[in-house]
Amino acid sequence: MKAICWMGTEKMSVETVPDPNILNPRDAIVRITSTCICGSDLHLYNGYIPTLEQGDILGHEFMGEVVEVGGGIKRDKLKVGDRVVVPFTIACGRCFFCERQLWSCCDNSNPNYWIAEQMMGYSPSGLFGYTHMMGGYSGGQAQYARVPYADVGPLKLPDGIPDDKLVFLSDIFPTGYMGAENCNIQQGDTVAIWGCGPVAQFAIRSAFMLGAERVIAIDRFDYRLRLAEAAGAETINYEEVDSIVETLKDMTANIGPDSCLDAVGMEAHSDDFMYLIDKTKQAMRIESDRPIVLRQCIQACRKGGTVSVPGVYAGFDDKIPMGSFMNKALTMKTGQTHMMRYMKPLLDRIEKGDIDPSFVVSHRVSIEQAPQMYKTFRDKQDYCTKVVLDPWSNGASVH
Amino acid sequence: MNPTRSIDIQRWGAVLGGSTLALLGLKRRSTVGMAMALAGGTLAYLGATSTSPRRDPVVKTSVLVNASPEDVYRFWRNFDNLPLFMRHIDSVRTSPGGRISFVAIGPLGTQIVWDAEISNDIPNEALSWSSLPGSELIVDCSVSIAKAAANRGTIITVLMSYRPRSSGVSRTIAQFLAAYPSFWIKQDLRRFKALIETGEIPTIEGQTHGPRSAAVAALRFADPDQPIHRDSHINEVLNALRRIA
Repeated sequence: MKAICWMGTEKMSVETVPDPNILNPRDAIVRITSTCICGSDLHLYNGYIPTLEQGDILGHEFMGEVVEVGGGIKRDKLKVGDRVVVPFTIACGRCFFCERQLWSCCDNSNPNYWIAEQMMGYSPSGLFGYTHMMGGYSGGQAQYARVPYADVGPLKLPDGIPDDKLVFLSDIFPTGYMGAENCNIQQGDTVAIWGCGPVAQFAIRSAFMLGAERVIAIDRFDYRLRLAEAAGAETINYEEVDSIVETLKDMTANIGPDSCLDAVGMEAHSDDFMYLIDKTKQAMRIESDRPIVLRQCIQACRKGGTVSVPGVYAGFDDKIPMGSFMNKALTMKTGQTHMMRYMKPLLDRIEKGDIDPSFVVSHRVSIEQAPQMYKTFRDKQDYCTKVVLDPWSNGASVH
Repeated sequence: MNPTRSIDIQRWGAVLGGSTLALLGLKRRSTVGMAMALAGGTLAYLGATSTSPRRDPVVKTSVLVNASPEDVYRFWRNFDNLPLFMRHIDSVRTSPGGRISFVAIGPLGTQIVWDAEISNDIPNEALSWSSLPGSELIVDCSVSIAKAAANRGTIITVLMSYRPRSSGVSRTIAQFLAAYPSFWIKQDLRRFKALIETGEIPTIEGQTHGPRSAAVAALRFADPDQPIHRDSHINEVLNALRRIA
């Protein structure tokens, strides 16, 4: 089959590799009909996350049709022919954490848990198409994928709804939704959201669904800010203001946003001096992340408010304003998305017509064009918001 | 500074320094660069794999599993099950007289064999076994099983002491197996936990992937976590699951 492999920093390539096979009784093989490039793939593309190996197949946002199931899966759970969307976190469904709905903290799904323990104390769940620290499972930017614990993760889908509306149930829609839910939104609340990428776009819409009065969205690309405005958000282009914290104060009658959501993560940009310091440290590998947005979220949040962090951080960060965090009595909520909590309820919302997730798609391309699209997406060229790949088409791109 | 800590610092220094040197070397793409990469890689590898000379022969570790004490005891009491999750154990045979024969696999498929017998057996609470006199390898293992609070499952605590007695080849193999006893026993317990909770042990061994670089292939070969014998667990696991059910 064809698969998109990471061959080194900024080197993606389409390789012909063996088809995946069943390795464990609760595995299934899915023939992929749609798959996406995620913002967190860009951290891998840029080479900032350790324990990736040359030849690893990336991709963790995919859906398709079940073509093979292992002997350990009951027929009523999953069978050949089922149309499914596959969550990016892999969960066993039976451990302490899964039983408490903390699916992304599954204790059994990461065979390389001991590498993650070195860095984080304890290991989160395995992920598709990510680093070996996170399990090293081959990902879904390919024509087929092996799905472990397939009786727990994949959500069966009805026919008649196109892939574009459903494929984002694999990650960014639930991730944006959980980010908004973690904001602990109360009546009358203002939520400030850093970043207007795909996860943020879903977080903005989810914040309104959860009852936010105002959403203030922050980015530097006008086309992404326009997409936020289309959902009813007010916007700040941070390159046009002196200080985000001061601007947010002005916009909220000097009380501050009730919740601040960091949908940017470890590769933030800004035009101040700290950016240069973080960038230099990151290049020297003495700081793994550039936590510029996290610092701003903490500074900007109103007293007693909530900071929600769906943005990806990898390691150890400098100059986090703990004084502000502690003295203002803030709460921080974070985590990889507990996918299985959200997929079914959000599918129901799609079926009811509350939201059409396909609004976020800017590029539909064939697998051959994927390596180039990593660069386009990373550099925000060509008004790129979200790239969906058809692993079987040979055709040209359709915008 | 206590000696263990200073050794830790030396090890981490070697790992970090060696990795940096290797990365810088790889970036150069020249003969000198390759030499740097090789030297750095070796240093990092030695740093990562060196062990403290003050090695404790007794390892104690525990794990919380989401299963009842009865299921845990039943699984361990059937010694045939141990190779399912103990990576270095190839087979275990119990003879009618109570003698338990262990076969472990060392590097390059070498075998080490020893016999043991049960020294303590309290159903659903404790199980111990010890090597018989004259064994090449002295392994004393004691497993205690306790119900965790608030229906959180079962806490299994394993206490294992491990000493090669003989000299020559089997001593070398035994030393290899004993190189990281704490790591291996924790790994084995985690594998047991996954097996009893989910019916399988998570793995990516044998999955499809793109072309690996020569460096990665070499590291995989040298990786101490590389399985000594290939897992072929699906049927065994299914059988085990049937036995539990």
